[in-house]
Amino acid sequence: MKLKPPALVLLTAGVTMLVVAGLTALLMNIREHKEEARNPFFRVVTLTDDTEDPEVWGKNFPLQHDLYRRTVDQVRTKHGGSEAQPRTPTDADPRSIVAQSRLEEDPRLKTMWNGYAFAVDFREERGHAYMLDDQTFTGRQLVTPQPGTCLNCHASMYLTYKKLGGGDIVKGFEAINRMPYAEARKAVKHPVACIDCHDPDTMQLRVTRPAFMEGIRALKASQGVANYDVNTMATRQEMRAFVCGQCHVEYYFKGAEKRLVYPWAKGIRVENILDYYEEVGHKDWTHADSGADALKAQHPEFEMWNQGVHARSGVACADCHMPYLRQGALKISDHHVRSPLLNLSRACQTCHRWTEEELKARAETIQDRTFQTRNTAMDALVALIGDIKAAREAGVPEPQLQEARRAQRRAQFMVDFVEAENSTGFHAGQEAVRILGQAIDTARQGQLSLRPPVGR
Amino acid sequence: MRYLPALVVGASLGVIAGIGGYTFVYAKGASYLTNDPAACANCHVMNEQYDAWLKSSHHAVAACNDCHTPHALVPKYTTKGLNGFWHSYAFTTGDFPEPIQITGRNRRVTEGACRECHADMVHAIEGVPASADDSVSCIRCHRSVGHLH
Repeated sequence: MKLKPPALVLLTAGVTMLVVAGLTALLMNIREHKEEARNPFFRVVTLTDDTEDPEVWGKNFPLQHDLYRRTVDQVRTKHGGSEAQPRTPTDADPRSIVAQSRLEEDPRLKTMWNGYAFAVDFREERGHAYMLDDQTFTGRQLVTPQPGTCLNCHASMYLTYKKLGGGDIVKGFEAINRMPYAEARKAVKHPVACIDCHDPDTMQLRVTRPAFMEGIRALKASQGVANYDVNTMATRQEMRAFVCGQCHVEYYFKGAEKRLVYPWAKGIRVENILDYYEEVGHKDWTHADSGADALKAQHPEFEMWNQGVHARSGVACADCHMPYLRQGALKISDHHVRSPLLNLSRACQTCHRWTEEELKARAETIQDRTFQTRNTAMDALVALIGDIKAAREAGVPEPQLQEARRAQRRAQFMVDFVEAENSTGFHAGQEAVRILGQAIDTARQGQLSLRPPVGR
Repeated sequence: MRYLPALVVGASLGVIAGIGGYTFVYAKGASYLTNDPAACANCHVMNEQYDAWLKSSHHAVAACNDCHTPHALVPKYTTKGLNGFWHSYAFTTGDFPEPIQITGRNRRVTEGACRECHADMVHAIEGVPASADDSVSCIRCHRSVGHLH
C-alpha cells in the first residue's frame, strides 16, 4: 500500500511525537534524580534553637516528617505491638481508642505489682505519637499523684527546659521535676519532636535530656572515663543509640525533689543496678501482700541492648528501628520508628542475607524461648509472694520474713527487667534468659527460707 | 512539494537525534562504555557498593567490570548492555527490591570471574559437583572481598 504525502506526514509526526515525548520524560526523570542527589533538602523556613513545632521542621524535611507522623499505627507482632481497642470516652479520659490491657492478659502482673499504681492500669505501649496522651490519661494518674518528672520522657522538653530554666536546661529540668504533674503538663505541647534529637543548624544528633547526660557520665566514670560529656565526646554512631537511650532506660525519682536519675553509677547490668539501689536504699513501693520493699523496672531497652551481640558489633538502635530508606536518588533514615519485625527487609537484610521468613523465624525463636522462661520465672515469683503472705497471716514474726522479702525484691526486679523490656529478649537473648534464671533461683530460695529444715 | 515527506522524516529524525543525543550526554551515557568504577555510581544507587569497594581488598586489582562482566569482548558488552537496560529501567520506575540484590545471572558471572583469576587455586579445591547447585561458591564465604554490601 502506498501512503499519500499528507498521511505520511501525519504518521511521521505521530511517531516522532511519541519518541520525543518519551525521551523528554526520560530527560526530566534524570534531571530530577540529579537534583535529588544534589540537594538533600530545601530550606524554606529558618529553623532556630527555639523552633519546637514539628510541623515547621516538616516544611524543610517533608519526607522525614511524613514518616514521623506514621507512628500512630497500631500493629501487633507475635510478642509485642499494640492493638487498637475502642473505649467510651469520659470527661477524665477523652481517648476513644486505647491499647490492650497487659493486666488482663496476665493477672500475675497484678500480684507482682500489688499496692503500686501499675496494678491498676498497665497497657501495651503505643507509638511515639501517643506518648503524651497515654500518660496524661492513664488510670495510674488517679491512684497516685504523679510528679512532673514523668514528662521528661513523654513530651518534647527541650524548649520547656530552656524557658523554665532561663536558658539553662539543667535548671529547667530541676524545675519540671519539682512540679506536680498537672501543672507541668501545662508547660508542654508536643510528644517527642525533631528538636529533642536534632541540632536545628546542622541536623546532627544531640542529647537534650539532663538525666541521660548525668547517667552516662556516672556510667563512664565507673569505667574509668572522667568528666564524660556526651554531646562532645560521643561518636556519630554512638549518638544513633544514645538519643534513644535518653528515655528507653531504667530510672527512679531521687529524693523529695523527684530528680530523674538513671541508676548506672555501678554499671549497666541488672546486678549493678540492684547493687546501686541497695546502696542508696531506694524502694518504689511497699508490696501490699508481702510488705517487701519492692522495685519496678521500667523499659530498660538501652541496658539490655548493651549486653547483646548487636551492640557489641556496633549496631545502633537507629540501624534497625530507623533503617535507611531510598526515595529516588535520596537516602533518608526511616522516621517511622517501629518494630524491625514489621520492616524486615530494610532492618535486617542490609546485613543478614536470608529471606524475610527466615529472619522473622530467628527473631521469634529467641522471643518464644524468652517468653517461656519469663512465664516460669513469673510463676516462681507469684509462688514466693503467696508464701510470704501466708506466713504473715499465720503470724510468723517479722524478722523471719526478711530474707524472703529481700528475695522477692531482687527476683521481682529481675523478672520485670525482662518483662518490661520491649524486645521479649531479642536485644540480648542469652542475657535475658540468664537474668530470668537468676530470678527463678532467687524466688525459690526465698520460698525455702520460709520452710523449716527437713527432718525437724 | 515533492520533497515534503523526505523533509518531514529528516526533521523528525533530527529532533529525535538532538534530544536523544542531549539526553545521552546529560546522563553521562558514554561513561557507561568505559571501565571507570565511578560510572557505576553515577546515579548514586551504588554509592554504598562503590564506597565499600574503595576500601576493599580487591580495590587495587579489580574494578566493577572485572568481577561483574565476563572477560571476553562480546559477552562483556552483552552483559553491560543487559544490565544497563534493566538498571536504568529499575531506577527510572523505582521498582526494585531494597536492599538491592544481585540477580542469578550476575551472580554466575561474578563466580566465573573469581574462578578465572584464581584458576590455579580453585582447580586444586574444586571437586566434581553432584549437581549444578552443589558446586563450591566463592562468594558464599568471601563475600566482602569486593564490597560487603
